[in-house]
Amino acid sequence: MRSKLVVVGLAAYIAASSVLAFFLPRSVLVFLLFQASLLLIYCAPATSTAKSVLSAVVLVIALPVVGWVNGYYLEVAIQIGIFVALAVGLNIVVGFVGLLNLGFVAFYAIGAYLWAIFGSPQANQFLPGDFFPLSSRWFFPFLLLSVAVGALTGALVGLPVLRLRGDYLAIVTLGFAEVVRALVNNLDKPINLTNGPRGIAPIQKPPLFFEPALRAFGLEIDAATLYPLYFYFLVLAFALAVIVVTRRLEGSKIGRAWKAIRDDEIAAAAMGIPVVRMKVFAFAVGASFAAAAGVIFAAKQVFINPESFTFMESIGVLAMVILGGMGSLPGAIFGATVVTILNLQLLKGLSLWLNALRQSGAVLTLPFFGSFPLSDLPVQFEPAKYERMVFGLILIVMMIFRPQGIFAPRRR
Amino acid sequence: MALLELRGVSKRFGGLQALHKVDLTVEEGTIASLIGPNGAGKTTLFHVLTGIYRPDSGDVRFGGRTTVGLKPEEITKLGISRTFQNIRLFSHMTVLDNVLVGMHCRLPSRLGGILLASERHRVQEASAVRRAIELIELTGLSGREYEWAQHLSYGDQRRLEIARALAAEPKLLLLDEPTAGMNLTEARQLMGLFMRLLETHVRAILLIEHNMRVVMGVSHRVHVLDYGEKIAEGVPEEVRRNPRVIEAYLGRSDWAEDVKR
Repeated sequence: MRSKLVVVGLAAYIAASSVLAFFLPRSVLVFLLFQASLLLIYCAPATSTAKSVLSAVVLVIALPVVGWVNGYYLEVAIQIGIFVALAVGLNIVVGFVGLLNLGFVAFYAIGAYLWAIFGSPQANQFLPGDFFPLSSRWFFPFLLLSVAVGALTGALVGLPVLRLRGDYLAIVTLGFAEVVRALVNNLDKPINLTNGPRGIAPIQKPPLFFEPALRAFGLEIDAATLYPLYFYFLVLAFALAVIVVTRRLEGSKIGRAWKAIRDDEIAAAAMGIPVVRMKVFAFAVGASFAAAAGVIFAAKQVFINPESFTFMESIGVLAMVILGGMGSLPGAIFGATVVTILNLQLLKGLSLWLNALRQSGAVLTLPFFGSFPLSDLPVQFEPAKYERMVFGLILIVMMIFRPQGIFAPRRR
Repeated sequence: MALLELRGVSKRFGGLQALHKVDLTVEEGTIASLIGPNGAGKTTLFHVLTGIYRPDSGDVRFGGRTTVGLKPEEITKLGISRTFQNIRLFSHMTVLDNVLVGMHCRLPSRLGGILLASERHRVQEASAVRRAIELIELTGLSGREYEWAQHLSYGDQRRLEIARALAAEPKLLLLDEPTAGMNLTEARQLMGLFMRLLETHVRAILLIEHNMRVVMGVSHRVHVLDYGEKIAEGVPEEVRRNPRVIEAYLGRSDWAEDVKR
């Protein structure tokens, strides 16, 4: 009875927040309320079937409809999906196995450049003939290929590097990421592989293989409206696949071996776990997720350059994992969502709001302090530029009050 | 027949001769004890047996084949598993998961089956959980399956170490001070468990122990190490009266008392 009430309540909340988001497409606050429905569903005391149905309603129906009205929301959701895949991948390495990897973005870059080079005219620069860009049909084969390439580079880097422990491993992975970035930045001569700092454009988008089917239903939608929705569902499916794979691994002997290595490497070896092989495997799995995310990112952005793959990106993904709770799959998903929303919506929204205040010429009157005309607010005071400071503050507060992360790993 | 046979095993750390030409045999169906003062090389010997250290010279034969040069996980798969003197549980995992980790090398699931959640994989996981719960019951930890290992009491952590070691289905079980920190009643319970294990789960047990009541109570054979050398071997009665053993402990009167008692 009680759980039925909970489900009805959740459904009402979803309906109300969707309607609000539909009719007030400009309000960041309303969209936040709408996004919170997923968190509520996750935390609610209901059966897992009810939860999955409700989440499906939000993700498959409500969000695309709301996003149809305000395309920016779809953009936010797509970003979240990509970062969820990255955070879940990094969580395997850092959270499950306990290997501090500060160069995770390198694998993301490898995936992105894999599709960018062959999915654009770029490859003509160093390959004979005029075969490039590959047609968009090749997108999905390349997505699969990137999983293999990511796993392979992950394993290749992992093999020598995983003999190191703790801080040394962190430094070497950081170095590896910098090497990849330097290569991408400088491989425009003598052979132009990556076009250097100028970046690569235009990159092919994924194929609209379902267009004939849509037309058969009498739906004529132009590519410009279709692509954001398409990317949304593509990223949704990809993130779900990543989550399912991770969950299955975590619940198997592989996941248990990973956590055992994290807790006590010597005992793990004594219990019959091939420590090095398991570590390399974790590296490979994480890297393959990142590389596949990179392919999708490149296709979505149409243009990429080395700027997107800096050290700060690695740190950002690590912050997501830490914020959510190291070693916790829901934590990684939550961390990625919150940090992305904070970056893309909250801080930007706050900046816009302050700007509006500044221009409105309102005057703030404080007791004892006198009054301030808000138009005097310095222009430098712009929250969107304080992203890293806000991050730092959040992490410090976390370390003091909840060092295990918001969704710390639970015992079943 | 000898299950485990060490011939002239030596191990040196810089200037310290941790083990010097140690010969030792553990027969099938027996419990053997390894005793000696602190720093005598007992735990080093366990590390050599389980492949954590490689001996400088000498040979270790288990079930007729040499284990020197094998990796720890390979030795576990052959059928030797152990507990640790300074408890080394996986503290951020549940009791059940700790035991399941012990089963790692006996679980046949492959990556494909895991990713597809195949019927076979799920059946295997379910039976692994059943076996793990049996071991948890056997070691007296029933009802604690979903507690975190780090939240168990000291004695229970020692019991969990034994359950985890048994999960690897060893032929030879190595126990490093299993009753340390336990009172007499608890130690007696554990002694009873060792006897039962010998009949049902393992073919032989080698244990390091400081509690002489336990040593004299359960051992078929006792080996004495001092400064890395084996100085005596025999049934408990012989060892207790052996003048070299008593001499080794002179100057450590507490030890001499222990041995005589």
